[in-house]
Amino acid sequence: MSILDDEQVRLNVDRLPIRFDEYGFDRFGLSKKTLVRAYSPMAYFYRHYLKVTAFGMENVPASGRALVIANHSGGIGADAAMILTSLILNDEAPRLGQGMAEYFLTRSPFTSQAMTRLGHLTGLPEHGVQLLEDERLVLVFPEGARGAGKLYKDRYKLVRFGTGFMRLALQTGAPIIPCAFIGGEEAFPQLYHIKWLAKLVNGPFVPVAPQLVLFPLPVACQVYYGPPMYFEGDGSEPDHVIRSHVEEVREAMTRLISAGLDARPQSFMFEKMRDPKEDRVR
Amino acid sequence: MKILITGISGTLARGVAHRLAQRGHKVIGIDKRPWPDVPDGVEMHQADIRKRPAEDVFRIARPDALVHMATVTHLSTGTEERYRINLGGTRKLFEYCHEYGVQQAVFVGRHTVYGATPDSPLYHTEDEPPLAGAAFKELADLVAADLYAGSALWRWPEIDTAVLRLCYFLGPSRGGTLASFLSKPRVPLVLGFDPLYQLMHEWDAEEAITMAVESRLRGVFNVAGPPPVPLSTVVSATGKRGVPIPEPLYRRVLGRFGFPYLPDDAIAHVKYPIVIDPQAFSDATGFEPKYSTKQTMEGFRWN
Repeated sequence: MSILDDEQVRLNVDRLPIRFDEYGFDRFGLSKKTLVRAYSPMAYFYRHYLKVTAFGMENVPASGRALVIANHSGGIGADAAMILTSLILNDEAPRLGQGMAEYFLTRSPFTSQAMTRLGHLTGLPEHGVQLLEDERLVLVFPEGARGAGKLYKDRYKLVRFGTGFMRLALQTGAPIIPCAFIGGEEAFPQLYHIKWLAKLVNGPFVPVAPQLVLFPLPVACQVYYGPPMYFEGDGSEPDHVIRSHVEEVREAMTRLISAGLDARPQSFMFEKMRDPKEDRVR
Repeated sequence: MKILITGISGTLARGVAHRLAQRGHKVIGIDKRPWPDVPDGVEMHQADIRKRPAEDVFRIARPDALVHMATVTHLSTGTEERYRINLGGTRKLFEYCHEYGVQQAVFVGRHTVYGATPDSPLYHTEDEPPLAGAAFKELADLVAADLYAGSALWRWPEIDTAVLRLCYFLGPSRGGTLASFLSKPRVPLVLGFDPLYQLMHEWDAEEAITMAVESRLRGVFNVAGPPPVPLSTVVSATGKRGVPIPEPLYRRVLGRFGFPYLPDDAIAHVKYPIVIDPQAFSDATGFEPKYSTKQTMEGFRWN
């Protein structure tokens, strides 16, 4: 066991409800070997650095299609990484969350290869449909880059939601699992955005946090999964219908977030939050 | 059934001719190139599809079906000649079909017509427009030929036209686009890219074309076998050595240092995947590949 080969990750990757070929790849180019290599260090961060506790894992189905809809929290991707890790490290029913990658990632060398091997396809609606029809779990942040670039003063306020995920869910008949990530905004409090630098590197934003480096503080984080939500329709509904469905998901997420914030003894928490279920087992 | 195969001396076409003859069909072939050991039951005419003798074959033999496999790629033929064969030839053949009462025409095309770009989805379906010509000018004539063949569906509705978009194949004949990319011991890859490649066994490809003829398909169909694998796996499983080359240097090393020659635009096909969804074809014909990707690649390696 090393930081690049975590036993729990390896065992759980073997149990994923995904068909791999003789070479360890699936039909979208996902690689078993790369999964273990990438998720092993993330599992270390999950356990020992961001000390993540996951609640409501029973809401994530053991197999079959579903969309996990989450809030952005902290601008440097720790939210996505830890949500994905919580799904893999769920011993009851490990799942692989597959995201939709930014266009510039899939056209640049190395990142394009890495994204494919980790199961994150180019962010096209067709890919969402293909993944869900193949009974995969798709992770979506409907706030988009705007949500990721939230400043500390706006922490845990959901910005405007995109509606693409709802049409995808209706079209494929996939349930929606609302998800809240708590702690990211304290681990990486964005005080300021350097606009000219963002323009220069052609990125969405360049944040500045008190730690001055692009790395989160060791604040304990929590992930909450809410009960699956089912909507009737086929994805061709007019905008106002879709928007009212989206509003329902948004409200469920707001409730999860405020419950999660209330459960914390203080906002800058450096101790892992206890999972009541773990206490019961002991 | 009396079946005419154009381009019969080609790698895949010979196999199709064998299969059709074995199943009791009368097979007639046209090709500029000779086929010295043509099997019994196959009648071979050495002629150019754009010339008079080819029309005579239609007039005298009166085939029931045409399998058009006389298209060429940049690997063998220059630009002008390619347009003459792929577009001029295809046009002539469909006109003969109409004129001499051929009931069925199968155009065997390539899946590369969809084009390789980073922002196109995996698993292309037949209703997507083929975009390869935009980025890869050496494929523009094949895209046009594919679309022209498809236009026969409304131009001559009495002919049952099937356009097959066939993925890469590998097999004992060592012919085909992918085989020529893998022909040398060292294969040039683009550093930092590893696209999915979809390939099927040559014999499965022959069988698929044969089934398309026998089930009298109508429409445009993707034809592929087992799920795709990364290019790096194709290279290593066929016993070659992949050499990752930084993109700015890629064009300069092609055709040198023991690497195969490729046109400039072909680099997109080494960076990005072209993966097709063959579901509609399987549903229409009941085709199922016999060989897995592993068997195909290792067969190619040790053959």
